[in-house]
Amino acid sequence: MSLMTGDEKHDAAATSTLDALWVLYDRVLRVSPDRPGDPGRDRFLLSKGHGPMAYYAVLAARGFFPAGWLPGFGSYDSPLGHHPDRTLVPGVEIGSGSLGHGLPLAVGTALGLRARGRSGPRVWVLVGDAELDEGSNHEAIDFAGAAGLDRLHVLVIDNSSASHPLPGGVASRFTAAGWSALTVDGRDHEALYAAYTSRHPGRPHAVVARVEPKHA
Amino acid sequence: MDTMRERFASVVSRLLDEDPRLAVVLAEIGADGFRRAAGRHPDRVVNVGIREQLLVGVGGGLALTGMRPVLHTFASFLVERPFEQLKLDFGHQGTGGVLVSAGGSYDWPAGGFTHMAPGDVALLDTLDGWTVHVPGHPDEAETLLRHACAGGDGRGDDRVYVRLSAQTNARPLPVTGEGFLTVRRGGPGAPAVVAVGPLLGGVLDAVRGLDATVLYAATVRPFDAAALRAAVVGSGAPEVVLVEPYLAGTSTAAAAEALADVPHRILGLGTARAELRRYGTAAEHLAAHGLDPRSLRERITGFTAGAAV
Repeated sequence: MSLMTGDEKHDAAATSTLDALWVLYDRVLRVSPDRPGDPGRDRFLLSKGHGPMAYYAVLAARGFFPAGWLPGFGSYDSPLGHHPDRTLVPGVEIGSGSLGHGLPLAVGTALGLRARGRSGPRVWVLVGDAELDEGSNHEAIDFAGAAGLDRLHVLVIDNSSASHPLPGGVASRFTAAGWSALTVDGRDHEALYAAYTSRHPGRPHAVVARVEPKHA
Repeated sequence: MDTMRERFASVVSRLLDEDPRLAVVLAEIGADGFRRAAGRHPDRVVNVGIREQLLVGVGGGLALTGMRPVLHTFASFLVERPFEQLKLDFGHQGTGGVLVSAGGSYDWPAGGFTHMAPGDVALLDTLDGWTVHVPGHPDEAETLLRHACAGGDGRGDDRVYVRLSAQTNARPLPVTGEGFLTVRRGGPGAPAVVAVGPLLGGVLDAVRGLDATVLYAATVRPFDAAALRAAVVGSGAPEVVLVEPYLAGTSTAAAAEALADVPHRILGLGTARAELRRYGTAAEHLAAHGLDPRSLRERITGFTAGAAV
């Protein structure tokens, strides 16, 4: 990650996701750099496109692109921008950066996989706790809960960055909509893994990974 | 005769039976028309409730899995309200889909301005790669919807907007999904009037007895520059009148670009930018916007008479 400079404003956003991303890519997601377009792959959608350094570092470590791309981060000739672009980077499922787009896209992806008869692939989307300010997320949360989209998973990186936190905490927002939800220490790899792999038949699943507050 | 919206529901319901790639996404509005199709294809007819940002996001997500999504609601809630979703969830992702709107600019005047979208086509003009169809008859709507659902060359990144209306012309024309049709050819140097979708009938009434060429655009984007140039070929200083059932001037820039190498004059007619703040009927709104045959004739003859000699 230290190879990527120029977006220090988002350093906190980047490091907040590192452990959660690593455990997800290392132990849960069925994705392969050899077959980035495999229709049966799991989908990971980085909705919170801010501070994608950890994401790029994980993708490079998993072999989706050469680590030699990292130092170019944010430059004109680099495919790695301060917000990712799916058309430029292997393994990146969506272009993001504008908040509140990933979860609705993930709902559509889950529906599309179901319509194509693919019950295997799981859909994961990473959002930030402050990103949940955006109303589009709430349209998606309520619909996904009502529709029982059990292939859908949301990873909320909660670094207490919302100016107006959700009353009752993040997890209760999801459980109120019929989701399964667990809150864990976002630096504890075993706890993350257990939460990621918890069973949630008939319901979408949210994992709230709590990390150091942004404004501590 | 059924309406364009009824034709949309019946045709796309049949296409759902034929094309497993096709999916319809609704936000309550229009759900009744797809009730039987939803029974047959519960995974491919999705009503997300009154959630228009989700409507577009779900469409974008379906496209990411290789489906061909068809999204439908009123134009104001399909294009204007979730506009950034259209920009990012389709174009920026490099994917495609079909937007099918109803209501247009003045289909429900008694509903007032909250249910009017005179700016939809102009908004889409700020984005890359959207084809825009404005059928003038239910039969044309069927042809254009089939064309849109087929998805161009099959790569799946074909983005199409179909603007359905309650206003129709008396008879359909043989539209193909591409380009303008020449409906009436004037003499050398005659002005070219481009009539869009359901305004063709009124335009033909307006130019009766006048020397004018009339082009019919049921597909306005891409703008058929070649047809416009052909219509005014040989004219030293072409005069062009655009008659569009949405914001006046929406296609003026496209027409000017088509004629960039010749001195020309363009009159862009359409709905006014200012709110009427009136209810009433579509006929009253057409007249208020100067789009009824009598107003059109006055404005067209006034424009051509006003040419500097």
